[in-house]
Amino acid sequence: MSVNDKIVSDLVANQIELVTTVPCKQLAGVIDIVEASKDIYHIPANKEDEGIGICAGAFMGGKRSAIIMQNTALGVVVNTLVTLTQFYRMPLPMLISYRGELGEPVACQVEMAVHTKALLNQLQIPTYHFHREEDVEELDKILKYTFMCNKPVAILTDASFWKGY
Amino acid sequence: MIRSDVLKELIPVISDQFIVCNIGLPSQELHLLDDQPTNFYMLGTMGLASSIGLGVALAQKEKVIAIDGDGSVLTNFGTLPTIANNVADNFILLIIDNGSYGSTGDQPTYAGKKTSLAAVARACGCENVVECRAEDTVEVMKEALAGDKMTIIVCKCESGNIPVPVITKDPVVIRDRFMTTLAARNG
Repeated sequence: MSVNDKIVSDLVANQIELVTTVPCKQLAGVIDIVEASKDIYHIPANKEDEGIGICAGAFMGGKRSAIIMQNTALGVVVNTLVTLTQFYRMPLPMLISYRGELGEPVACQVEMAVHTKALLNQLQIPTYHFHREEDVEELDKILKYTFMCNKPVAILTDASFWKGY
Repeated sequence: MIRSDVLKELIPVISDQFIVCNIGLPSQELHLLDDQPTNFYMLGTMGLASSIGLGVALAQKEKVIAIDGDGSVLTNFGTLPTIANNVADNFILLIIDNGSYGSTGDQPTYAGKKTSLAAVARACGCENVVECRAEDTVEVMKEALAGDKMTIIVCKCESGNIPVPVITKDPVVIRDRFMTTLAARNG
């Protein structure tokens, strides 16, 4: 099973029925599989804070949801994570491409990469970092943990994990 | 008519409906006038009432009304294409358009100038957009509720506010009673 198939099958196995995405080159494959999945309603969002709002609504409507986004978008969603997801205590798995790490060809991506973990740490968001392909084996447990604790949880996935892009 | 007059007139029609209400004075006014477990008050996060409302509507069967403002829709403009392309026929977006940022001191918005939110919503692909005078909002809302068709209502009203206390209810309580009532109504 490919990494992308494994990710989506874990989402489905954890009853995640709605996924909102803002694309990243690294995430193109997993987004294609989300779009093709019969078990997931896929909503492309125009901005990540909008996507998190949709996820919050879906949770209140009784459906589990997740967001797939790029790490640069942490600069967009701080207020939403704090005043919506955390303030109202809602679960939110965030599958995040970790641009700006080893193998990155675009210098500007490094500028947000150096702030990524610091921001997540400041927001007290439990954070996991997938660097090797086998790290994906933890995804199922991370999803269960997210819905157990009703918090946003970040899964950073770097270029080494995606085998370049 | 100002926003609180519109809300007051709407209450007999929307009191038992599931409502996601915009941050600041709209939520505070609704809370003061008619606090219900079916009301979800946004205490933060300007702009996301329509996104949260869409999410609730897509996830279950009951009708959902998002009460938004012109300033908040302008803040989250990307919401209109998303709503247009993910049709939820149990979703009504009521934009109370008073042409100003009411909660922050009535600073004018572009919706009160050249920009027509109804025209923008149509251009984004929303198929059922109704712009109405404040005085006609109750009738338009009744029709939308009877219609089983996703509807965007742009209610043009005057700028102005009434004094209202802030909401001190715990956010988790607000969220939990909304979810519990919604789950029960879905059976």
